Amino acid sequence: MITKKREYSLYSKKEVGQIQLLLPVVLLVTVFSLIPLLRGIYLGFTDYRLGDPIKFNGIENYIQLFNDEYFWDSFKIGMIWTLLVTGLQIGLGLGLALLLNSKIRFASFYTILVLLPWATPPIIRGILWRQMYEPTAGAVNILLSDMGLISAPINWLSSFEYVIPAVIIAGVWGEISKAAIFLLAGLQTIPNELYEASKMDGAGIWARFRHITIPNLKPVLAAIISLTFMWNFNTFGIVWVLTQGGPGGMTRLPMLAAYEEGFRYGYIGYAAAIGNVMVIILSLILFFYIRVQLRERTEK
Amino acid sequence: MKKRFPYFKIAIHGLIILYVVFLLFPLVWVLASSFKPTPEIYSGSPTILPRHITLEHYLSVINGQLLFRSMWNSIIVGIMSTILVVLVAVPSAYAMVRYKSFINNAILGWILVSQIFPVILVMIPLYIVLRYIGLTDSLTGLTLIYIVWSLPFVLWMMHGYVKSIPFELEEAAVLDGASRTQVIFKVILPLLLPAIGACALFSFISAWNEFFFAFVLMKSPTLATLQVELARYTGMEGQARTGPLAAASIIATIPSIILFIIMRKWLTTGLVAGALKG
Repeated sequence: MITKKREYSLYSKKEVGQIQLLLPVVLLVTVFSLIPLLRGIYLGFTDYRLGDPIKFNGIENYIQLFNDEYFWDSFKIGMIWTLLVTGLQIGLGLGLALLLNSKIRFASFYTILVLLPWATPPIIRGILWRQMYEPTAGAVNILLSDMGLISAPINWLSSFEYVIPAVIIAGVWGEISKAAIFLLAGLQTIPNELYEASKMDGAGIWARFRHITIPNLKPVLAAIISLTFMWNFNTFGIVWVLTQGGPGGMTRLPMLAAYEEGFRYGYIGYAAAIGNVMVIILSLILFFYIRVQLRERTEK
Repeated sequence: MKKRFPYFKIAIHGLIILYVVFLLFPLVWVLASSFKPTPEIYSGSPTILPRHITLEHYLSVINGQLLFRSMWNSIIVGIMSTILVVLVAVPSAYAMVRYKSFINNAILGWILVSQIFPVILVMIPLYIVLRYIGLTDSLTGLTLIYIVWSLPFVLWMMHGYVKSIPFELEEAAVLDGASRTQVIFKVILPLLLPAIGACALFSFISAWNEFFFAFVLMKSPTLATLQVELARYTGMEGQARTGPLAAASIIATIPSIILFIIMRKWLTTGLVAGALKG
C-alpha cells in the first residue's frame, strides 16, 4: 500500500525518524521485559537463593522437580483447572454470545448486566465467592438447604471433596463474560447476507450454526481459546484469596506453587525452574493446537 | 402472514435471564450483605434483601484509614502508568505502521510471546533488579512494571487504529509545510483520541485490578494497593469482618464497573480490528 519511496521522500533526513520514535518502547521492553525474561529462564538453571551468589547447577532443578510429589500434584490440579475453566468458559460464553446476537429487545441492556463479573477485580471475585461459600451465612448452603438438598452445612472451601468444583465454579463465573463479549464481537462481523441466503435455501437454525456461524467464527474462536488457556494456566489471585492453595495443597495451582517456593521459602532458582516448565508445557500445547487449526484451514 | 406467538423469542429471553441470574447473584448477595447488620448476616435464615438497612459497614470502611490510603495508592499508580504507556505507545505504533522493518516484526512477535510466559518468570529477575536499585516496596517501581504489563495490548490496539488512518492526510499536511513532529501531534494524535481513550481506560483498569506484582513488591502497609489491602483483610476474617469486607468490595468494584461499561465498545472493536488488519 504505502511504498518506501513515498515515505522517504516525504520527510527530510533531519526529521524525527524511525529510531527515535521506537526508542522508548524498545528500551522499556528490553530492560523490563526481555532481559528479565532471559534472566528468569537462566535462573531456572541455578540454585539461587535471595542474597546468595548465583551458581549454575545444570538440570539439577529439573531432576528434583521430576521427583517432587508436590510439584506433580500442583501440575495435575493446574491441568484440571485450566481445561475445565477454559472449556466451560468458552462453551457457556459462546452460548451467551449467540443468545445476545439473536436480534432481540434489550440486547445491549443484557450485555451490560452480564459484563459485570468480568469488571469485578479477581481479588474481589474471590471475596464474593468466599462469602457465597461461607458455611453458616453463605448463600450456597442456605439455598441448598432451603431446597432440601443438604441437611448439614458444607464447608466448601476446606472440604477435600468439594473444594475443586467450588473453586472452578468461582473461576468460571468471572470469565464467562470475557469470552462472551469477545465472541459476540466476532459474531457481529459475520455478514447478515450469509444467513439470509441460507434461510432462503431452507436451512434450519442448526444447519446455519454449523455451516455459517462456526466456520466464520473459527479464527476468533481459536484466538480466544488459546489466550484464555494461557491466562487460566497462569491464574493466581482468585485462588489465592479463596483457599491459599489449601486444603492440603489440593488447589495449589502451578503459579501458587512457584510463588511459595520463590517468595515464601526463598528458593528463587527452583521457582524459576517451575516457571520454565510451565512455559514449555504451554508452548507445546499451543503448538499442537495451532498446527491442528492450520491443517484444518488448509484442507478447506 | 399471520403473526405467531413468539415462543422462540421468549425462550431466548428466558435463557438470557438464567445467565443473568447466575452472573449477578454473587454481586447482589454481597451488595445486600453490605447493608445488613452483622446479627442479620449470621441469623441462620437470612433473606436476599436486607430486612434492616444499615450503613455501619460503609462507615467503618470509611473510618478505617487503610482502605482509603490503599485506594489512593492504586489511583496514583494507575494514572501514572496510564499516562506513560500512552506517551510511549503512540509514537511507536505510528512508526510501526509507517516503516516496514524487522523491528516491527520483533515487537509484534514480542507482544504475542509475552503472553505465554508466566508472570512469575518475569517477576523473579525483576524483583532482584528492583531490589538492587531500591525500587521494591515503592510506587515508582510498581508503575514501571505496570507500564510494561499493559504495553503489549495497548500497542496492539494502537497499531490497528493507526493503520486505519489514510496516508494521504499526512501527505497533505507535509505539503502544507508541517514537520513530522507537527504531523504526529496535530494530524495523527487528534484522530487517535478515541483509541487513546480506550487504551487509557484499559491500562488504568489493568493497574487497578492487578494483584500479583503488587502483592510481591509492596510490603509496607502504607504502600499497599487496593487489591493487596483487600486480600489482606480476607486473612483475618471473622463474623465482625463479613459486613465491612462486603462494603469494601462494593466500593472497590464500582470504579471498574463504570470504566468497563464506558470502554466496552471500544475494547472489542479495537481487538477485532487489530486481529483482522494485523
